[in-house]
Amino acid sequence: MFAALVLDDGVVLEGEGFGYPKTVFGEAVFNTGMVGYIETLTDPSYKGQILSITYPLVGNYGVPDPAVTDDSGIPLNFESDSIQVRGLVIHELTKVASHWNLSMTLDEWLYKNNIPGISGIDTRHLTKSLREDGVRMAALKVSEHPIDTDILKEQLPDAPQYNSEHLVDDVSTRKHLTFGSGRNVVVVDTGAKNAILRHVVNLGYRAVKVPYNTKVSDILSYDPAGVIISNGPGDPIHCPDTIHAARKILDEDIPMLGICLGAQIISLAGNAKTYKLKYGHRGQNKSCLDVSTGQVHVTSQNHGYAISPESLADSEFDLWFTNTDDGTVEGIRHKTRPCIAVQFHPEASPGPYDCEFIFKELQSMMEDPRPA
Amino acid sequence: MYLLPVTPDYVKSVIEEERPDAIMLSYGGQTALNCGVSLAQSDTLKKYGVEVLGTKIEGIQMTEDRQLFKDAMVDCDVPVLPSDTVTNFEDAKKTAQRLGFPVIVRVAYTLGGKGGGVAYNELDLHEIVERGLKASMVGQVLIEEYIGAWKQIEYEIMRDAEDNGVIVCNMENVLSMKVHTGDNIVVAPSQTLTNREYHILRSAGLRATKHIGIVGECNIQFALSPDSEKYVAIEVNPRLSRSSALASKATGYPLAYMSAKIGLGYGLHELTNTITKKTTACFEPSLDYIVCKHPRWDFAKFDMVERRLGPTMKSVGEVMGIGRTFEESLQKAIRMLDIGMDGLVLNRFATKEYTEEELEDRLVHLDDSILYHVVTAIMAGFSTRRITKLSAIDPWFIEKIRHIVQVQTSMASSKDTSILREAKAAGFSDVQIGRAWQKTDAQVRSMRKEMGILPSLKQIDSLAAEWPAATNYLYMTYGGETHDIATPNDDGRGIMVIGAGPYRIGSSVEFDWGTVNMVWGIREHGKMPVSVVNCNPETVSTDYDICERLYFEELTFERIMDIIEFEQPRGVVTCVGGQTANNLTPALALGGVPILGTLASDVDRAEDRSKFSAALDKLHIRQPQWRAFSQLPEARSFAREVGFPVLVRPSYVLSGAAMKVVWSDDELRTYTRKATNLSPNHPVVISKFMLDSLEVDVDGVSDGTDVIIGAIVEHIDSAGVHSGDAMMSIPPWRLNNKTIETITEYTIKIARTFRIRGPFNLQFLIHDNEVYVIELNIRASRSMPFVSKLVGINMISLASMSILGMKLPKVPIDHWRGIPNFGIKVPQFSFMQLEGADLTLGVEMHSTGEAACFGQSFYDALSKGLTAVGYNLPSHGTALVTVGGIRNKEKLLPSVAKLHELGFNILATEHTAEFFEERLGAIKVVHKISEPNRKPNIADMLYNRKIDFIINIPSTSTLEKYIGMLEDEYQIRRKALELGIPVLTTIELADAFVNTLEWMKTNKTTRYPIQPYLIPPTDNKT
Repeated sequence: MFAALVLDDGVVLEGEGFGYPKTVFGEAVFNTGMVGYIETLTDPSYKGQILSITYPLVGNYGVPDPAVTDDSGIPLNFESDSIQVRGLVIHELTKVASHWNLSMTLDEWLYKNNIPGISGIDTRHLTKSLREDGVRMAALKVSEHPIDTDILKEQLPDAPQYNSEHLVDDVSTRKHLTFGSGRNVVVVDTGAKNAILRHVVNLGYRAVKVPYNTKVSDILSYDPAGVIISNGPGDPIHCPDTIHAARKILDEDIPMLGICLGAQIISLAGNAKTYKLKYGHRGQNKSCLDVSTGQVHVTSQNHGYAISPESLADSEFDLWFTNTDDGTVEGIRHKTRPCIAVQFHPEASPGPYDCEFIFKELQSMMEDPRPA
Repeated sequence: MYLLPVTPDYVKSVIEEERPDAIMLSYGGQTALNCGVSLAQSDTLKKYGVEVLGTKIEGIQMTEDRQLFKDAMVDCDVPVLPSDTVTNFEDAKKTAQRLGFPVIVRVAYTLGGKGGGVAYNELDLHEIVERGLKASMVGQVLIEEYIGAWKQIEYEIMRDAEDNGVIVCNMENVLSMKVHTGDNIVVAPSQTLTNREYHILRSAGLRATKHIGIVGECNIQFALSPDSEKYVAIEVNPRLSRSSALASKATGYPLAYMSAKIGLGYGLHELTNTITKKTTACFEPSLDYIVCKHPRWDFAKFDMVERRLGPTMKSVGEVMGIGRTFEESLQKAIRMLDIGMDGLVLNRFATKEYTEEELEDRLVHLDDSILYHVVTAIMAGFSTRRITKLSAIDPWFIEKIRHIVQVQTSMASSKDTSILREAKAAGFSDVQIGRAWQKTDAQVRSMRKEMGILPSLKQIDSLAAEWPAATNYLYMTYGGETHDIATPNDDGRGIMVIGAGPYRIGSSVEFDWGTVNMVWGIREHGKMPVSVVNCNPETVSTDYDICERLYFEELTFERIMDIIEFEQPRGVVTCVGGQTANNLTPALALGGVPILGTLASDVDRAEDRSKFSAALDKLHIRQPQWRAFSQLPEARSFAREVGFPVLVRPSYVLSGAAMKVVWSDDELRTYTRKATNLSPNHPVVISKFMLDSLEVDVDGVSDGTDVIIGAIVEHIDSAGVHSGDAMMSIPPWRLNNKTIETITEYTIKIARTFRIRGPFNLQFLIHDNEVYVIELNIRASRSMPFVSKLVGINMISLASMSILGMKLPKVPIDHWRGIPNFGIKVPQFSFMQLEGADLTLGVEMHSTGEAACFGQSFYDALSKGLTAVGYNLPSHGTALVTVGGIRNKEKLLPSVAKLHELGFNILATEHTAEFFEERLGAIKVVHKISEPNRKPNIADMLYNRKIDFIINIPSTSTLEKYIGMLEDEYQIRRKALELGIPVLTTIELADAFVNTLEWMKTNKTTRYPIQPYLIPPTDNKT
C-alpha cells in the first residue's frame, strides 16, 4: 500500500503502508523504547498522536490474544481496549512474527483497529527533526492508490490541533468499573492504563475505575482508602473537573497518588503550574533522582507536559524527583497532606518495574493516612 | 608498570614492592579475577592492607562457586536450574540419573567454559566429568538439566555502591543455549522478547546483582523458555568480559571506564554520559540500530579438530556488524570476518549439497557453518518450524534468513534492478549482486549510484537521537535517507587509518597496538585529524575517543570506498592493520586513493616472489632455492632436485595459511592441489626447506634513506616453526657478531632498494653461518610492540613520521645492542578449547596470543615468560619423555641427562627408554595409551597426576603423523593438554625448559617494574 507522512513544516516522508488505509491527523511524537509496542500503542496517553518508534524493527513478536486477562479480569497484555495512537511510523515492519503467545501480526492488529501505519521511514531522521524543531502536527495517509501529498498539506492546517483537543473525554470510561476485592481505591480515569488497576488489585485493594469528571461526592461515596488520578493524554488544563476533585480530596486528607497527567492535575490543584515540553519524554530509559534519598531510578515515561519547577516555590508541594538529564520535575510530595505524584509510570508496562515502590508508598499512606 | 606473569606469586611481589592501598580485579578477565581471589584467600591482601575496589571477594566467590551461586539466587527469588555440585563421578552419575539425560557438566573456576560439555549417556558423562574435575581449580563440577533449546539472553549491568543500578545492554544469542555465548552469533538488543519478558529478566538481573553485591560492571546470563515465561539464571560474571566489550561498542556506553569510576567510589548519577557530555551515565542506552556479533573460528588451521559448537568456546575473535535490519547487520558481520565470504549467500563457492538426512544432522549438531546450513535447508524447502525444531534457532531469525534467500532467488531469476534497494537494505554487497547478475562489482556500484542508492552515515549516540550528541562514532547503513554529519571541510580532512579486523590466529592485539599508535603518531607529528575504520569490538582502535571519526565498518573495498567518498581523506594508511588492511592496498591504489607510506608498486615488488627474488639477486643477497609452479610434474622434479623436505606455499600468504612443509612426492601431489585451489590467480611457490637452521626477525622503520632497526630477534625454536608460534629472544643469543653485521647490512640495503617509508619486517634464515632472506613484509609486524617495549623506541610512532614524509630522527643502527637485558616472547596456545586439535607446531601458525617478559638474564626472562603462558615450572617431580627418531634422541640426550642430575624421575616409552637407559640408566618404562592393559600405563599416570611435564618430540616427518604409530603420540599430547600438563614438542623448547628448571634451582626471577629493563630513551620522542 502507498503511504505518506506530511509534517506541518511541509516535510513529506513516503513509505510503505500497512494496517488500515485511511487518513489521520495528529501530533507527531517519538518513543525510544526498544520493546513494548503493544503496551505503548494501547496506552490512552497517546490519544491524538501519531507515534514514531525509534527502534527500527517493530512487530517481531506479533500481538497476543486481547481476550487474555489476569485473575481479576484485567487484560494481561493490553493497556486499554483498543489501539490509542492515531497512526504508527516505523522503519521496518516484521511481516512474519513469532512468539508462543502470538495471535496476530502487528499489521493485522492495526487493520482490525482501523489504524494506519507507515514503514520504510528513516525514523532517526524524523526523531532528530522533532527534537530540533519540537513536536508538531502531521498527517498520515495510507491508501491503495498513489497519494497526492499536496492535498494532505492543504488539509493539515484545518485539522483539529492536538493542544486544543479534549482528548481525556475521548478515552475516559463512561461507566464505573471495579476489579479485585478489599477496601476501595478510586482510580479517576483520565486515560488510565490497565497496569495501574492491576497494581491496586495486587496491593490487596479493590480498584474502582470512574470517569474523569465524576463528582467528588460520588468518589467519596466509595469511602475510598485512597484515590489515584491516572495518566492520560493532552494538556491538564482541559480537565477542570478533575482538578477540582483533586482539590477536594486533598482537603479531605484522603491519600492520593497522581501519575503522569494525574500528577499535573494534582499540581494544578495545589497551586503549581504546568507547561508543554518541546518534544516530551517518551521511553523506558529515563533516570530520575529521588532528591530526598539520592537514589536514582530508571523509569518509564510518556508525557508532553510537565510541572513547572519555578512554580513549586509558591505551591503546596515539595520537589520529590527530578530528571537527571534535563532537571525537569518528575515527582512532588504534598507538604502537609497524604499526597504524592509522579510524572513517570510506576506501573511500568511498557518499561522497567523499578518504581513499583511508589504504589507501596500509596499503600503506607492508606494504612497510616498522615503525611509521610 | 610491571611486565610480569599474572600469578599470585608475582602479583604478591609487586604488592610487597609497591604497597598499594587498593587493587582492582575486574579488568583482567578470569585470569586476574582468579589471581585476586587466590591472593585474598592466602590473606596476602589483608597482610598488606590492600582493599579490593569494586565487587568484594565474597561477592566474586558467590558467582564462582556453583552451589553458593545457586543458594544466592534462591535467596533473592531468582530461579535456577536444578543441579548438583559434585566432586567425583559416582555422585555425578546419581545426579544425572535423577535429572535424566542429557545433562550438562559445568566446571567451577575455569576460563571460557573450559572442560565442560553435554553428556547424552553415562559414557560421555564419565569422560567429561573426569576432564572437568582436573580442569577445575577447586575440583568441582556441576551437573545440570540440559536446556539447549531455550533462548540465551544476557544483560550487562552497572551498579554503584549506593544501590543504583542500570542495564546497559541486553543481548540475544541466535544459536540458543546450545552454544557458548563466545561462539554464538549474538544480536543486541534482544529481538524476540516481549516487553514482559525483557523486563522480567531485567528485574531479575538487578535483584541478583544487588544480592551478590556487585559494584561496577557485570554480566548475567539467563535461559528463557521459548514457549512460556519460564526462565532461569545461568551465571553472573562479576567482571568486564568479552560480552561487556561487545556491549560497550554496541551501545557507545564505555563500561570499563564507568566501572572503574564506580570502583573509585563515584555514584552512577555523578558520572556523565561520555557521548552527549550532558546527560547522566545513570541511564539505559536506547539503540536505533541492530548489532550482530559473529565469532571468528580458525578451525581450518588445525588437524583433526572437532568443528561442532557447544558449551566450550572455540572461537579466537569476533566482529560486530551494525545495521538497521538484521539481514544487513548479519551480512556485514560475515564480510567483516575476512574469511573470503561475501555474505550469507552468493559466495564464490557454491554451498555443499547434502541429502535430507545429512542436512537434518547438521541442523541438530551445530557447527561453524550453521547459518549456511539453514540457507541450504530453506532452499531445500524445509519449513521454518522444522528448522527451528532441529536447530533451536528462533523462527524470527530463520524468517530473516529466508528473506535473504528470497532476495537472492529474485535476483537469480531476473535482472530487474528495482530489487536493488531491497537487496542493499538486506546487506547484499556489490560483489554478491554482481555475482547474481554476472557483472563486476564496479558495474553494480555505478548502476546503483545512478539510481541514487547510497548508504547513509549514522551516529551511535546511546539514546536513539533523543538528545543532541556530537558523537564521532559512526556506521553506514542502507536503512536511512540522510547523513547524521556533514562531509568534513578542508580543515577537517585528515588521514584515514585502516585497522586489522577480527582477532584471529596470526593477527591479534599486536596489530591493534599498531593501529592505535599510528593514530597517535599522526596526531602528534602531523597535527591532523585522523579517522579509523575497523570492525572488531575487542579493540582499543574502536574506542571512539582515540580519533576524530571512528567508522565501525567493514574492511571491504566497497565500504572503504564509500567512506573515502564521504570523508575525502588526504591519505590512507594500510600498513598497520596486518594482512587484512594490506590486502586492500592494490585495489585502493588502483582506485586512485592516496596510500601513504611505501608505494603500492614497491609493496608489490616485495610480495611478488619473482620480483622480490630478482631484487635480492641484484643485491647479491641469498635466499633459499625456490621456484614458482603451476604444473605438478615440474614442481616434483624441482623438489627432487633440491631434495625433500620442501616448503610449499601460494603467493600472498596470510600467517602461514596454506603453507606446508612437504616430505614426499605423494604429499606434494595432494597438497599442491589444495593450495592452488585456494588461490587460482597465483602460482604455487616451492622452496628448499633447510633443516637445522636458525630463524631471525628484524623489525625496522625507514624513511627511504635512513633506517632504524628496532632489534634483531632470534627464534628459540628452530626454523620451520611459524614466527608467530616461535619463542623469541632479544638480544639473539646464538648469533655471532659477523652474522649480526651481515643482517644489519642486508636490512639497510633492502629497505633502501624497496624505498620503504614506514614499518617493515624482514625474516632471515641462518644455516651454516650463511644468512638467507626468507621474506620481507612492508608493514607493521606482530613483534613490533614487543620490540618497541624492550628497546624503548616506539616503532610505529617513528613510522608515522616517515608516512607523513618527515625525516626519521638519528638513531644509531646498533642502538638495540645496548640493551643490558633480555626480552623473551612466548606464544600462548588455546589447543585445550579445540577439541581434538593436535598441538605440534609447524609452518602454520596456531597460537592465539603471547606473553613478553624481561629479565636480567636469558633464563630470568624465559622463566617468567613460560610462567606467564601457564607452564608450571616444577622444582622436582616426574617427566615423561617420548622421542621419535634416533637423531632427535641424540639431540635431546644432554637435556635428559640434566633432568636426571636435577633429580627428576624420568619415564619413557619402550624405544625411548631403551636409548636413554643405555646412556643414563634409571629410566622407568611406561606403556602406550593404545595398550591400556600393559601397566604402568601413561593414561593412568596422567589422570592420577603422576607426571609433571612431558617432552614429546614427534618424528620430523609430518608425513608419519597420520600413520598409526603416531596416533599414540597424539593421544598423549591431547590427554595431557586436557589435563593441563605442559607438553614440550620441540627440542629447542625442551632444552630451554630444562635449562630454566636448572636455573631456577639456584636463582630467583627478578621482579622489577618495566623501566629498569629499558635502555635510556634516545633523542626521538616516543
